[in-house]
Amino acid sequence: MTISEVQDKIIDEFSFFDDWMDKYNLLIEMGKDVPPIDPKYKVKDFLIEGCQSKVWLRPEFDGSVITFTADSDAIITRGIVSLLIKVLSGRTPQEIISTELYFIDKIGLRQNLSPTRSNGLLSMVRQMKLYAMAYDARQKIK
Amino acid sequence: MKDISEIRSDFPILTRKIYGKQLVYLDNGATTQKPQCVIDSVNEILTFYNGNIHRGVHYLSDMASEYYENARQKVASFINAGKKEEIIFTSGTTGSINSIAFSFGEKYIAPGDEIIVSHLEHHANIVPWQMLCERKEASLRVIPMNQKGEIILEEYFRLLSPKTKLVAVTQFSNALGTSLPINEIIEAAHSINVPVLVDGAQGVQHGIVDVTKMDCDFYVFSGHKIYGPTGIGVLYGKEKWLDDMPPYQGGGDMVDKVTFGKTTYNQLPFKFEAGTMNYAGAIGLGTALDYLSGLGREEIASREKDLLSYAIKKLSQIDGVRIYGNAPDKISTVSFLINGIHQYDTGMVLDKLGIAVRTGTHCAQPVMDYFGIDGTVRASMCFYNTTEEIDILIDGIEKVKSMF
Repeated sequence: MTISEVQDKIIDEFSFFDDWMDKYNLLIEMGKDVPPIDPKYKVKDFLIEGCQSKVWLRPEFDGSVITFTADSDAIITRGIVSLLIKVLSGRTPQEIISTELYFIDKIGLRQNLSPTRSNGLLSMVRQMKLYAMAYDARQKIK
Repeated sequence: MKDISEIRSDFPILTRKIYGKQLVYLDNGATTQKPQCVIDSVNEILTFYNGNIHRGVHYLSDMASEYYENARQKVASFINAGKKEEIIFTSGTTGSINSIAFSFGEKYIAPGDEIIVSHLEHHANIVPWQMLCERKEASLRVIPMNQKGEIILEEYFRLLSPKTKLVAVTQFSNALGTSLPINEIIEAAHSINVPVLVDGAQGVQHGIVDVTKMDCDFYVFSGHKIYGPTGIGVLYGKEKWLDDMPPYQGGGDMVDKVTFGKTTYNQLPFKFEAGTMNYAGAIGLGTALDYLSGLGREEIASREKDLLSYAIKKLSQIDGVRIYGNAPDKISTVSFLINGIHQYDTGMVLDKLGIAVRTGTHCAQPVMDYFGIDGTVRASMCFYNTTEEIDILIDGIEKVKSMF
């Protein structure tokens, strides 16, 4: 699936629910699908700053695509990071850098994007893009 | 006292719906909502009486100055200060503490001196003292706490020494709601001539505060936590200290005579009020204090005590809820966690049910570290809350438990 197709699928899944409790239940379920980060990487280096809950995110680059694994001590946050992983994991650095994450707005998580929000969705997005930029730059140097 | 429906109708925001649900506002420790009379008074000053205070000869400036000075008198009466000149308006509790840390520190703190705070302080009563200690090569000593969330008074007595130059403690823990034995703290410090600053950010709005009887040397609080506007705060200081301390900021209105050679300072309180003050905020604060006096401060304390007992009783009945801070003497604040559920998840779900609570460390990380936790959920109630709202919180917690 293309990045847009994955985003559209997420929007579709959330569109069944108007009630926030149902949306949260869906996020909680999705959180269970997060590719788990190896516990030995649950250290400060992989901790994302700016979240009220702890989020660990680790990138692995095989020379063409970046694979992310993650975890959080809060379950809704794990659901949110799972969405980002669904969309961005297994993509090339260039794809990750240039993708516009329109699904966030469409499923009603837009308010979570403001820089002062404590859940750190913005920090997660920024961190994933930063990793992609770093790998992209390293490739260009080679 | 007015009945609860009359009281609630004074606060327009309380009728709001959030995500389609009736707002249940239980974050009063962070900021309180404003009664219509406060909103009206700020509106009135900006609409009809706006002129820069203490500066003009014209009517508007005179009127604004008069209202501003009336507000100062209202604050002085509210906390029973000896003189209105002992009331300095600031930007808030943080502004007041930073101002004292600078002015007092410049005059009285030397290398090797010690400042005592408690383990229960919020960051605003820790960081300014750390910065001062760094500047002056002084050190910060901390009164330890116990599992109930109280400070250990015997340890405080042991910390007091000839090196002690100031004691700065909060009246109530913002994170746990527990009370500190302020009278004993002040008495012991005064017995060796050490002044005491009391942080009243979580104190002054919950009952009667009498700084003369308390005999504290400094008392500070924020306007927005006592039903007034944001951006205004109070620094009460005994005249002898304020007279002796150098001003914190230089600028207009705080001076007597300015030449490029030397400037002499204005008298109290203006010496500490450089530049154009937040007069609209001060006037709004004065109105808020009038409102509370009108309701009856003993009645406010009594209503809040009942709400606290009810909340503790109801929360204790829920399986898996642990309350942090079990001292018998508390303000109407309850900090808790649901077993195995992150405070952030709890807060997110409660929010969508229209319930406003605070989650996290409450700007008091040392308290959280003491309990070995990352944070709590804090429900801070005040006189306009109801037992029905606490029931809605309890139902919300049950909902959270069923989801995670």
